[in-house]
Amino acid sequence: MMKEISLHVLDIIENSIAAGATLIEVEAEVVHAEDRLRVSVRDNGRGMEEALLRRVTDPFVTSRTTRRVGLGIPMFKAGAEAAGGSFRLESKPGEGTYIEARYRISHWDRPPLGDMAQTMYAVVMSNEEIAFTYLYTVDGKSFRFDTREIRQTLGEIPLHTPAVSAWVKDYLLEGIEALYGGV
Amino acid sequence: MKSLQELEAIRNKTLDTINLRKDADATRVVVGMATCGIAAGARPVLTAFMDEVAKRNLQHVVVAQTGCIGVCRLEPIVEVYRPGEEKVTYVKMTPDMVGRIVTDHIVNGKVVDEYTIGFYETNNK
Repeated sequence: MMKEISLHVLDIIENSIAAGATLIEVEAEVVHAEDRLRVSVRDNGRGMEEALLRRVTDPFVTSRTTRRVGLGIPMFKAGAEAAGGSFRLESKPGEGTYIEARYRISHWDRPPLGDMAQTMYAVVMSNEEIAFTYLYTVDGKSFRFDTREIRQTLGEIPLHTPAVSAWVKDYLLEGIEALYGGV
Repeated sequence: MKSLQELEAIRNKTLDTINLRKDADATRVVVGMATCGIAAGARPVLTAFMDEVAKRNLQHVVVAQTGCIGVCRLEPIVEVYRPGEEKVTYVKMTPDMVGRIVTDHIVNGKVVDEYTIGFYETNNK
C-alpha cells in the first residue's frame, strides 16, 4: 500500500506518461462542509479499449513487460473504497483517460493527501516535454499551477536549470501551504 | 510569495550565463518510478537528485525517470550513465545516499561501489 494519496497520484501520472500523454491535469479538492476529498488525474494519452478498461482494476492485468502483475490502479481503488469513498475510471482510445478517487475526510482509514508538491515537482522536472497542471482547491479557494505559463515566461531556458528548478519547488510548496487544507 | 515576475528575472539572469547544452553529452541519472519503485521510496530519491544537481549548479546532468527496471525487490533503483562509460546500477537507494553518488561518481567519475547492484548481490547471498 502507498502511505499517501500523493504517491498514488504519482503512480497514476506514471501511467499517463507511459500512455504518451502531452497534457496531464491533476486536481485535488477539499470540501470540509461536505466531508469530502476528491483527487483526479486526466490525460490526453492513448487511452484504453473497453475490454482493457473493464479488467484494469484487476491486479493480474498490466501493460508492463517486466512482470505480469500490476498493482497501481487496484491499490488506489481499494484504498478509496476502504475509506468510505469511491473510484471512477473513464477512458477512450485516442482521447485519454480520467481517474478519480473520492474519500470521506473523517474516515479512520483515509490516507493523508500527503506531499503533492513533491509529486508535482518530481514529474514536472523529469518530463520537460509534457505539460502539467495542478489545481488545488480548499473550501472554494484555489491554487493553480500550470507548466505552460512557466514555459511561456522561460522561453528557451529549460525547466531543469538550477535556479528555475528551485523556483518551481518553492512556488508549489508556498502555493499549497498557503491554502492549508488540513488533509 | 513566489511569482511569475520573479521567474522572469531568473530567466533574464540565466540567459547570459547558460550554455544551452546538448543532452547527448550529459550525464543521465535515471530513477525507476513504477509502482514498485514508488512504494519503496523512489520519490524522495528522485527529488534529492534534482535538489543536489540544482544546489551544485551542475550544467551537464539530466535527471530522468523510467518505468519498472525489473528487479522490484531491490527498489528504489537508480541508473547512472556517464558519456562513454558503462551504465552503473545503484540499488536500495535512500535520499542520504544521493550526495555521495553526485560528488564521487557524477562529478569526480569514481563509482560508489558499495551502493551498486554487484556489491549488494555479492554480499547478500
